[in-house]
Amino acid sequence: MTLPLDLKRMPGRIGTGLRRSALSAAVLAAATMAAAPLSAETLTAVKHSALRVLDPIMTTAYMSRNHGYMIFDTLFALDENMEAQPQMVDSWEVSDDGLTYRFTLRDGLMFHDGSPVTGEDVAASIARWGERDGMGQVLMDFVESMGQDGDNVFVMNMKEPFGLVIDSLAKPSSNVPFIMPKSIAETPSTEPIPEQIGSGPFKWVDDEFEPGVKAVYEKFEDYVPRDEEPSWAAGGKVVKVDRVEWVVMPDDQTTLNSITAGEIDYWESPPSDLLPVLEANPDVEVRNLNALGYQTIIRPNALNAPMDDPRIRKAAIASIYQKDVLDAMIGNPDLYNICGAMFICDTPLATEVGSETLTEGNGQDLARELLEEAGYDGTPIMIMHPTDVGTLRTQPVVVAQAMRDVGFEVDLRAMDWQTLVGRRASQEPVDEGGWHMFATNWVGADVFNPLVNNMVNGKGPDGGWFGWPEVPELEELRMAYATADSLEEQQEYAAKIQEVAYEEGVYAPIGEYIVPSAWTSNLDGVLDGPAPFFWNISKN
Amino acid sequence: MFGYIVQRILAAVPVMGFVALFVFLMLRLTPGDPAAIIAGDTATTEQLERIREALGLNDPIHIQFISWIADLLRGDFGTSVISGKPVIDLIAARMEPTISLALTTIILSVVIAVPLGVIAAWKHGTLIDRFVMMISVLGFSVPVFVIGYLMISLFSMQLNWFPVQGFRAIGEGIGPFLHRIALPTFTLTLLYIALIARITRTSMLEILGDDYIRTARAKGLPERLVLMRHALRNCSVPIITVIGIGFALIISGVVVTESVFNLPGLGRLTVDAVLARDYPVIQAVILLASLIYVVINLLIDIAYVLLDPRIRYS
Repeated sequence: MTLPLDLKRMPGRIGTGLRRSALSAAVLAAATMAAAPLSAETLTAVKHSALRVLDPIMTTAYMSRNHGYMIFDTLFALDENMEAQPQMVDSWEVSDDGLTYRFTLRDGLMFHDGSPVTGEDVAASIARWGERDGMGQVLMDFVESMGQDGDNVFVMNMKEPFGLVIDSLAKPSSNVPFIMPKSIAETPSTEPIPEQIGSGPFKWVDDEFEPGVKAVYEKFEDYVPRDEEPSWAAGGKVVKVDRVEWVVMPDDQTTLNSITAGEIDYWESPPSDLLPVLEANPDVEVRNLNALGYQTIIRPNALNAPMDDPRIRKAAIASIYQKDVLDAMIGNPDLYNICGAMFICDTPLATEVGSETLTEGNGQDLARELLEEAGYDGTPIMIMHPTDVGTLRTQPVVVAQAMRDVGFEVDLRAMDWQTLVGRRASQEPVDEGGWHMFATNWVGADVFNPLVNNMVNGKGPDGGWFGWPEVPELEELRMAYATADSLEEQQEYAAKIQEVAYEEGVYAPIGEYIVPSAWTSNLDGVLDGPAPFFWNISKN
Repeated sequence: MFGYIVQRILAAVPVMGFVALFVFLMLRLTPGDPAAIIAGDTATTEQLERIREALGLNDPIHIQFISWIADLLRGDFGTSVISGKPVIDLIAARMEPTISLALTTIILSVVIAVPLGVIAAWKHGTLIDRFVMMISVLGFSVPVFVIGYLMISLFSMQLNWFPVQGFRAIGEGIGPFLHRIALPTFTLTLLYIALIARITRTSMLEILGDDYIRTARAKGLPERLVLMRHALRNCSVPIITVIGIGFALIISGVVVTESVFNLPGLGRLTVDAVLARDYPVIQAVILLASLIYVVINLLIDIAYVLLDPRIRYS
């Protein structure tokens, strides 16, 4: 270490002081060389956000869902063919009348406190999930009672046959029906669970949890994985590292430097502008793990004039061209997909019905006609614009311009995301804290069928999702979908739901995109899936 | 002196009370809803309302305030509405990185900047003086994050001397601790060197022109005694002031430095809490920051007396 001055020539004490400073700095530098290397069996991952809420049922936050997958297990899980496979369940049978389901749990299932998993635990967990989750609520509408028959048999009695029991229990994204001990699952769904005890492949290390900084998991040695190969959330959850640490890095450049230097192993969501740098690094692998990707949407508020008129909502949607949104938001066509399917392209329920203006960009004349027909009086449309979230700050600007181009007056109002989150819950008029439109993004698994897709809920102000369109026909069709007997029938109802949803202008998917993940090449076995999974990964 | 200190401590009580009230009201007037953040994207209006009720957010504001103040007086800072952890634990966990960074930065800055300022004043108008001033201008002008990235690029990515990011507690060993804190310290030190060296130089320049300095030199005192004993001690008041305020600034949050080097300090805790509208955490952190300012100002005042016998408080 050198200083840009000749210390020996300096007057006595000053020179001595500086020489000591230089010496101290040199000692400091030498001491820094002694840091311990990372443990070979600790996998360090930078997640897309900080883990804040430790209850994956109380909240739909994806970090809480991901946390849930670490420490809890599920009765069923989707595989890569989007088919439900048994996970905690060993076998199950359905009575001939379709009214009784008996699920026998696998042998050896155990919670992290050493107690066995019983049918009572399952019943309490499903009941709590059913209070909170949209698909769970539909399932509960059909359930007469739940309980156990012997320690390891869970019984579900139905009021009437329901075709989506197994699909509901295999729901892959928020809220996932995770199984908890009965004592924990009896916590009201509006209060956080008091303990983190599951039966999943990892154990929670509470002592090392630092909210906003770090979450730590250890391998659960007594976990008994299935024998099948892992596939998405299904199959054998074999843990091949001792610990997984989720760390939060607020700065993308720092994360890039860290993975380049080998200080972290896995980066869940690198921003698209840094992907070329990562791809050019031979020591880093980059791949999209979530084939369903993300859907970005714009949602009108059906309660506030003039958006209470379906023609105005439809005019707004007709003005939008997905390519314009995606070019501005993502830029790289390899990372986005123009797709009008409300239930995600390339899935069993995908259909383009009703989406032509969005995918072709030819709806401007239709929009002007609809505005004229509806007698639009120039009332400004207030679009909430969250400027602090990189993946949400672009869409409102593009949509606002598209709407202005066809004759809308638009009030694009800047705010931070948390202000938006608070404001969107308001059913008041705009000048009393309400709103007209906002954009958000969904993981594909959260919108890929009419029961999980909140935007096609037609219940209105009581029970509907923010925006609250009241469309009884949608609710009838969703119930018909829920009781459909075959995939063909489900596809038919899904297409009809999409058609009605577009006709009513309840919402518009304004593009799909993917967010590849990156990891160092010494990791093997990184799994694809609708959420990031950390079993099956080994570190060499 | 003792009476003065007691008087100052008592005077801090209404200040803290005002800060508490102000922070509480400002937060409640800020848009945003912790319940909505907890519930996530798919919550219905009814579910949000139930969570608000459970968190006590539906209580009248004055009831919430009284309840918070009553808990504070009992030493209970409350519980984070987002993570459910006691606020005092969250703050305690973030204090060590912040205090570590503040101490290492201030110590290194003083050790380097004060001599530099003295030399610059002593060699006023020479190349050395201009060089020190150039460093000072650079330290002020270049944003901290740029310095941080340059440090990381050189010392971490090219030379592999230091890790890119992270913090290790001193309890894990002095080596790992210094290894992690070094780059953020160097980064912030540049800024504080600029500040302290400039103040030192300016103060010294004023003093060095005084008659008593000329007299000291005329008596034949060695130059180092003239500089250190007669000049530097007499200009220590403004230097101590800058150091004290600089220390308080680091304690109350250097978010950019903490973000660039991924240090889990109080600055990041504050930003995260604000973004999540975690009211109890924000209130506690701001109260703590105010308290730190009050205490440091008091310590500075006490230091004045110790350094300059002419100053007396009654």
